[in-house]
Amino acid sequence: MNCVIKGASYILAHTPDMVLENGTTQTTEKIVNPNSDYLKELPNHLRTYEEAVKYLPNQTYIGNMHPDQLAEIPQPWTDARIEGMDKRVGKYGEIMPQEEFYLMMQACDVFELVRLDKEFVAAHKEAFLANPVIDESIAARLHEGVDAAEVEHFVNDEHAEPLYHNRKLVGYVKRAHDVDVNLSAHVMLENMVSKASAVLSLLHLLRQEGVNKDEITYVVDCCEEACGDMNQRGGGNFAKSIAEIAGLMSATGCDVRGFCAGPTHAFINAASLVKANTHKYVVVLAGGCTAKLGMNGKDHVKKGLPIYEDMIGGFAILLGQDDGINPVVDTEHTGRHTVGTGSAPQNVTSSLVTAPLEAAGLKVTDVDKYSAEMQNPDITKPAGAGDVPLANYKMIAALAVKKGDLEKSQLATFPTEHGMVGWAPTQGHIPSGVPYVGVCRDDMLAGKIKRAMIIGKGSLFLGRMTNLFDGVSVMINANEGIKEEAAAVSQEEIKSLIGKAMKDFAASMLAAAETDAE
Amino acid sequence: MDLENQKRVLNLTEEHGAENIVVVLGAAEGEAAGLAAETVTAGDPTFAGPLTGVQLGLSVFHVCEPQIKDEVDAGVYDEQVGMMEMVMDVDDIISEMSSIRDEFCKYL
Repeated sequence: MNCVIKGASYILAHTPDMVLENGTTQTTEKIVNPNSDYLKELPNHLRTYEEAVKYLPNQTYIGNMHPDQLAEIPQPWTDARIEGMDKRVGKYGEIMPQEEFYLMMQACDVFELVRLDKEFVAAHKEAFLANPVIDESIAARLHEGVDAAEVEHFVNDEHAEPLYHNRKLVGYVKRAHDVDVNLSAHVMLENMVSKASAVLSLLHLLRQEGVNKDEITYVVDCCEEACGDMNQRGGGNFAKSIAEIAGLMSATGCDVRGFCAGPTHAFINAASLVKANTHKYVVVLAGGCTAKLGMNGKDHVKKGLPIYEDMIGGFAILLGQDDGINPVVDTEHTGRHTVGTGSAPQNVTSSLVTAPLEAAGLKVTDVDKYSAEMQNPDITKPAGAGDVPLANYKMIAALAVKKGDLEKSQLATFPTEHGMVGWAPTQGHIPSGVPYVGVCRDDMLAGKIKRAMIIGKGSLFLGRMTNLFDGVSVMINANEGIKEEAAAVSQEEIKSLIGKAMKDFAASMLAAAETDAE
Repeated sequence: MDLENQKRVLNLTEEHGAENIVVVLGAAEGEAAGLAAETVTAGDPTFAGPLTGVQLGLSVFHVCEPQIKDEVDAGVYDEQVGMMEMVMDVDDIISEMSSIRDEFCKYL
């Protein structure tokens, strides 16, 4: 049974205070150069929630705007606004403000590690509970909060990580062990943010049409964090902890990792589980990453730009058995960067793009849209990293020229025809191929495109276990309806087959009788 | 430039002598190539890594510059770099690299 894409959700949380407290560019600067001009100037470049909501790439991420529409707006999109494009909620998810996200973190905590000031809780509880994705079971998890003195005590005396809102201390995430660094307040905060943003993504997915949470039997988490203790640092398992909060009572799950390629690895793994009938419905999801907040902040501040990297991202995708309608995941022709592929961009692109296409008897131009690293160029260009999606499309086009699939004169138009502009926040795994799955599903259901390729790439060498890079790719095809089994044979054919067999039998009997008579 | 790579460049330079080291870059953008070239010549411009304030003045080239390209077998070059050469703004990269070398390189 083929695997199809039943739904996809995308969420963002605007967390400006976490940029200052938890982004590694800032935490490193505080150690190396605590009195730097950058740290002094940074707060002046933070966006308000309203500005973050009106930012068009964010509206695209949650599904209020199609990437093609975003592409029509001249870059940079910093000050670009469209009337009506200021909604908190989109068809794929929402942009949650920081204060509600802190309440979400607390509601996702099952070990009394996250505590908020009770006045803060009282001030924002109503708004949090008014969110239609917050059901009674999650509402019941909210703690009334603690005294301000307790918050200060844990932050000042117990190594807790502070939670600020508008630079005011409003809560803490405390350590889960006195000496185990894997359960330190820092790690617990990172993991709690990842978990809470993944839960929010899953809650949005569960509200979509045709999604039944009791049918989901497996969840695969593909974020870039690790949970565990000193005896099993990455023991896991985010997936089940997320399923628990969202009330997926029939599900278990596991964590799949592969740096930024993780989501595509997880997507292929999950699709194969469905195709093999191991599970009928599998969710692939990931929450966001505090460490990457303000990652390119120095360049943004230097160039007088806002801190664009103030968003925590998340997504959830439901894969299920073929319904004859939803787009089909092609699990048979996947691309993979192997140990032997090498690191030359030419080899990398061949292994991920042309190898699976050739295996499927297709050309580069047979794929309507490619989705590789969909980072928002507003973020990467000022930091000297260029337009990442465009660079990918140029490489695919150049390879197509070398393979004879494309004329050299078509190099310039290929990115527009077979690619898209980037709209995803630079949250590592979040922009990696998967932001397009929701749009792709909608465009295939609407008959706008027939084939897409999702490409995930990961910088494994950052883990210092190998010098290798990694990548995988997978194609998605429009559903052509469930085909009848080829084994079906008509009654007439059966009659004719039996008749022929009987005739042959009679002939052989006659021949045998004649032989005996002789 | 990645902090770990800065450390490796520094260690190799101390081991072999700055005059014996040639750094070959593969960045896809002129600006990124220029930043890396500046790091191994004038020091880390981001003031974050081990090369902060260390003016190694190393000889540094981008793989698409003729000084490197002419040294490589044409077939191997086409196989390894040919596709990227179509993608990169080679003139921009050469201009960035040349200006950094003219200003900071001590061994050319």
